[in-house]
Parts: sequence; structure tokens; C-alpha cells
Amino acid sequence: MQRLESALRARREAGGKILIPYVTGGLSGWQDAVRAAAASGSDAIEIGIPFSDPVMDGPVIQEASQRALDAGATPVSILNDVRRLDVDVPLVVMCYYNTVHHAGHERFASQLSQAGIAGAIVPDLPLEEAGPWCEAADAADIATVMLAAPTAPDDRLPRICERARGFVYSVGLLGVTGERATLAGTATALAGRLKPLTEVPVVVGVGVSNAEQAVEASRVADGVIQGAAVVRRLLETGAEAVGDYIAEVRGALEHHWPTR
Amino acid sequence: MSEPSATGRFGEFGGRFVPETLVPACQELEQAFRDAWDDPIFRGDLSAILQEYAGRPSIITECHQLGARLGIRLVLKREDLNHTGSHKINNVLGQTLLAKRMGKKRIVAETGAGQHGVASATAAALMGLECKVYMGAVDVERQALNVFRMRLLGAEVEAVHSGSRTLKDAVNEAMRDWVASVESTHYCLGSVMGPHPYPWMVRQFHRVIGDEAREQCSERFGSDPDVVVACVGGGSNAIGIFSGFVDTDARLIGVEPAGGAAVGRGVPGVVHGMRSFLMQDEYGQVQEAHSISAGLDYPGVGPEHSYLASIGRAEYPTVTDAEVIDAFQLMARTEGIIPALECAHALAWIVRESGSLQGRTVLMNLSGRGDKDVAQMMEILS
Repeated sequence: MQRLESALRARREAGGKILIPYVTGGLSGWQDAVRAAAASGSDAIEIGIPFSDPVMDGPVIQEASQRALDAGATPVSILNDVRRLDVDVPLVVMCYYNTVHHAGHERFASQLSQAGIAGAIVPDLPLEEAGPWCEAADAADIATVMLAAPTAPDDRLPRICERARGFVYSVGLLGVTGERATLAGTATALAGRLKPLTEVPVVVGVGVSNAEQAVEASRVADGVIQGAAVVRRLLETGAEAVGDYIAEVRGALEHHWPTR
Repeated sequence: MSEPSATGRFGEFGGRFVPETLVPACQELEQAFRDAWDDPIFRGDLSAILQEYAGRPSIITECHQLGARLGIRLVLKREDLNHTGSHKINNVLGQTLLAKRMGKKRIVAETGAGQHGVASATAAALMGLECKVYMGAVDVERQALNVFRMRLLGAEVEAVHSGSRTLKDAVNEAMRDWVASVESTHYCLGSVMGPHPYPWMVRQFHRVIGDEAREQCSERFGSDPDVVVACVGGGSNAIGIFSGFVDTDARLIGVEPAGGAAVGRGVPGVVHGMRSFLMQDEYGQVQEAHSISAGLDYPGVGPEHSYLASIGRAEYPTVTDAEVIDAFQLMARTEGIIPALECAHALAWIVRESGSLQGRTVLMNLSGRGDKDVAQMMEILS
């Protein structure tokens, strides 16, 4: 089993819940934010590779991506910086498919591997189109996380789970990334449909906006992803605020599900 | 022209690169379109509405003065005479009729020059559907009249301020809306692009242009034209007219703007749900297109065009803004027809190449009228 999945399973087996923050690579202060998040109770960290046309992202991550691109961030510069991060949790890139396609499947997988990346999330690469990338990723020992959406019919979910490595990304709502006032009903509903289908950890992302919602989602799921809530803090305040926030969410999860 | 493969591919182009949330919607749409297209009642309804509401068939017009001047027989397919002033109405009437059949209550659309937005707002008003149109903030400014027109028709128009604030960003925003509203909403995509089944479905709705033109040319001239020319942004009017002639000996020419030459300068990439030629930088970031015409300001192109280019069946030359401005005025003065700036691209190529076209019959798709561009041209020419 690849190290991403074994790290996440270790948390689950110890009784705790999985917490995965997302940080936009190339954004001012992002490396410090990753280190602060790693030191505050993260089980893995997603690093966003900014793309010009991020169709799955709402205003906060769009702005972060644009700022990172304006500052000259490229997939190569971000992966170079990743090597110098020196954090002890598995790192996962989240990137749109054209970044992968343009580099070439084998080449991109090998670039990730050389940078010490453990997994990849490609939100615009659905099951039917994922084959060639997944093969290259498997060969380079990169875990390809598959997304499952609330719109998926029942017969689609087992196929997604079967192809998922690392964890299954259970999309919390119909919509793009961003904070919402309440957790959508679809978040727990979909996680509840996925859990009986797979031993791979089921982690809810998109629309999980604070510690309270993280606890609510984790009643059904194995844990949560924190994206816009983290990136907004990095944009508005800085890396320290990211560390504080992740510590707060970890504290709330530990309160309900203490890690043995 | 044939159907795409089971995975929605024309050769190695096309596909369905969308977030998981949209996969079931694309599958449902594909099935609904297949059923509707095979259903004589749907086809009859569509035909009737195209005839009685949009004014089809559109005529062909031979340009005697301009033709004599250029030494060619120049024939226009007059899509500018359709209701709402462009070819876009063919597709939106098809898609909104389909949306109704699927039980959708709302459509979203993107627009560049505003032609597809106006057509969508029109069809939504006719069919009793709610309509929201996304338009880049830059385009909202340069096409103010069309914005007002859409609002008159009852549509909500939202200016998109992200990215390059033009057509590609309007597509992104429409897709984001659709991801959130997919259960009640149909995405009325305006060109032969996007995820399967859109490139194929939109082509089928526009092939009436080529089918009519072929019959009209054959009646009028007793033969097929030697050359068929159309402008290409996403490529819907070009695919529409090409579909009538792809199995003839006619040369097929899709004219791109020099600043938005996806086929001419792009390499294969994936954006907006499809694999196709795409203008991008060395890391795969999509580049911004720059053209005098908002409707062609698109860094990608429909996948079937990429396929036709890859097998050498169609050619995709470019023309400059300056050539377009000249062609725009030339058609107005010699023929009394003000073309859309988009179509002036097609004419600009014909003018430039006329030396090598002597004596030939050239069919050009006049896909839209130029009223919307008059204010912009007034500024440029003053």
C-alpha cells in the first residue's frame, strides 16, 4: 500500500479522524503555511498547482490561483519548492488535467515522484478518461485520488472506489469550492453511500467550512479536507493563521474522536 | 460527417473531461439527444420552429459587384437574416426544445459577442425557460447593446471579472453555475465545443446551414462550390456549413483571427471538457486570445475542427485585425451588406487569396449581421 493511504488508515485505525488542508502552491507564504499545517495535526496536505481556468473552484481559490500565477508560479517551480519543504506528512498535488496532459503522463508522474509527492487529485479527469494517467501514476507509485460526486448513480460509486488510491474524495455539495454557512445535506449523504463500499478512507471536501462542520461531516466520513477556509486565512492573514486554524479543527475532531 | 466514437472522440480529439458532478448530466444529455434526434416528432417540431420562427431556410446571395471586383463568383449563405441576426438561433432552438423535453426549467449560457446570449435569451423567452447568461466584463463593455437586448428579453446577464474577462472565462463561469445547478438546469453551450455530446449535438443542430446551402448551390449553379469559407472561433458556423460539403471536392477553409489561432498556433490540450488544439504556454496555462471580434476571442476550437485539420480535410489560415477592418467596409460599400466582424474574417481571407481563386465559385457563410459592431467600428474608423 502506498504511503498516503497507509498514513490515513493509521489515523483511522487509531480511532481519530483524518484532516487534510489544501494550500495553493506559489501563493505568497504557502511554504510556511504547509509547514504550519503539518505541525498542527494534518494527516496529509494538498498542494494546489494553479491553473488559468479552474472550473471546480470558487472565488477564494480562484483568486489565490491568479495571484500565484501572477507571481510567476509554474508546476516546475512549485515542485522544486516542495523538495525543500521538509515536512513529515504525505503531500498530494491537486491540479487540473491540462497541467498533466501538457507535461505528458509519464513525465508528470515522474516529476511528482522526484519531488517526493505521494498522490494526485485531478478534478476534471473523471473515471472514463482517467485510465492512461492512472497507469502512469501507478507505475511511479503516485496515488491517484478519485472524486465521487453527489450526482453519481449507485452503480458508478463502486467503480470509483475500486480505482481510488489514497482516499476517496467525497464531494460535499453540488457546486464549486468555497465556504458555506452550513454543511450541505449531500455531504453526509454521499459519504454514507460510499462508506459501505470501500476500505479506502472516505474524506469529505468542498464546502466543509469550519471546525463544527468538520465534526458534522466526520460523523459519517473518515475525515475532511479544508480548502477555501485555509486559503482565505492565508490570503487575509498569513501562515500562522493557517496553523492556528488547523489546530482548532484538529482539537474539535480529537474532542469527539480522540486518537489513541 | 460521422458520429464521434463511443467516448465522444473525433480521431484523437474531443472526449469528456469534466468534474465528476457533471458526468451523469452529460450522459443523460447524450441519451436525451440521441432519442430526440431519432424521434420524428422532435425533428418535426424543430423543423417547424426553424421555419416559422427563425425564418429558415436562409437564402443564398450572389455578390455580383464584389465578385466581379475579385474575379470570383462569390456566394453568401445568409445566416445573418435569421431571427436574432446570426446562425446561433439554429442551435439554441434545438437545445431549448431538448431542455424542455428533459424537464429542465432553466438554462445557462456563455456569450462572447453576445450573439449566442441574445439567441439563448430569445429561445428561453419563447419556451418559457429561465435564462442566465455569463459574459466577460470586457465583452459586456464592447457589446453594450447586446447586453441590453438580452435583458429586454428577460434574461439575467452576469459580467465575469475573472481571468481574461472574455469568452473563455464566461465558459468557466457557466460551467461553475452548471456544477451547482445541474439538477434543474441545462447548459446551453453556444459552440461545437465542450464535453461530449456538445460538439456533436451542436454540429447536428447547425448542419441545416450546409445541407440547405448544398441544395441551393446545386439548384442555382448546377454544381458544388469550389471553396467553402467560414470564420472560426469555437467553430459552430463553420462546422454547420462544412457538414454539407465535407463529402464533396470543395476546399474547406476555416479562418481564425491571428490573435486567436487555436489550430494555427495551438497544440493539443484539454480545457472546457474537451481535448483539442489550444493556445497555451510552456506549462499548459491557457493563453488569452486577442481579436477585434469578441465572438472569436477564444483560445481553443471545437474538437471536430482539430480532427479535420489533422487529417488535412480543412485548412485554418489566419487574418489580421487590419485585414478584417478593410473587408468589413468593402462588403458594406460594394454589396450593401454590413457583416458581423466575425464574418469579415472569412471575407478578409477571400480578398487576400482572390488571386489564386480566379474564376472559382466561393461560398462564404455570412453567419451574422454587423449591426452589433457598428458602434465599435465607428470608434475604430473615426
